[in-house]
Amino acid sequence: MEITLSQAVFLFLAAVIVVCSILTVTTKRILRSATYLLFVLFATAGIYFQLNYSFLGAVQLTVYAGGIIVLYVFSIFLTRSDSGIKEKIKNSKVLAGLVASVVGAAICIFITMTHPFPASHVIGDEVNQKVIGTALMGTEKYQYLLPFEVISVLLLACIIGGILIARKR
Amino acid sequence: MEITMEYYLVISTIMLFAGIYGFITRRNMLAVLISIELILNSVDINFVAFNRFLFPGQMEGFFFTLFAIGVSACETAVAIAIIINVYRNIRNIQVKNLDKLKD
Repeated sequence: MEITLSQAVFLFLAAVIVVCSILTVTTKRILRSATYLLFVLFATAGIYFQLNYSFLGAVQLTVYAGGIIVLYVFSIFLTRSDSGIKEKIKNSKVLAGLVASVVGAAICIFITMTHPFPASHVIGDEVNQKVIGTALMGTEKYQYLLPFEVISVLLLACIIGGILIARKR
Repeated sequence: MEITMEYYLVISTIMLFAGIYGFITRRNMLAVLISIELILNSVDINFVAFNRFLFPGQMEGFFFTLFAIGVSACETAVAIAIIINVYRNIRNIQVKNLDKLKD
């Protein structure tokens, strides 16, 4: 059995995602949790790069890993309370969560592996930057100017809402 | 061994249910928010994998992931503003202490 370079990269990214996403929710310390989330987001960006979506990988790196994680770390530092550093979790909660997630994951993986998807194993070419730009800025069918504008209004509303909620009175 | 679409779906499934486990068990509001982030991220992987393997000529999954990243950034910013405000008022962000609205 031969393993090519892209398969090795995929296996590495998959291992990082699985291990770090489980560690994210099982570790007791919240700052470590945020750090493991950062690793998961890096590996997800790697998955995007591996699928030849470089633009999406770059967006993932800048917005998630560069923006959101910094926000998390700052808010963890701002809200650190003595009782909140190590949180205690009730056993019944752990049992309920474990049963729900393991059973759900088993069902979903079973369905995924048994469902006959149309076979296509070829990863296509890189999406051209010009194609992305015209699709994002056009108003015709399969073009996305309206969602783009809606997202910008949403971001503006979110900025105003964040200032209003978090400012000192 | 050939990397098919199912492998991507399996890792995103594991990520999704890790997020659901954290959402059920964790008691810190920021940890709950981190779990939500995992869930959203796993859905993004699904969109990209479906787009790449099943509809390689189109870009719907690509743009949906792009907009989902933007929406989740918004959601995180507002939620963290709320959490900081809660911390300023009751000096705690454990979920069990958030019962002021009941009184």
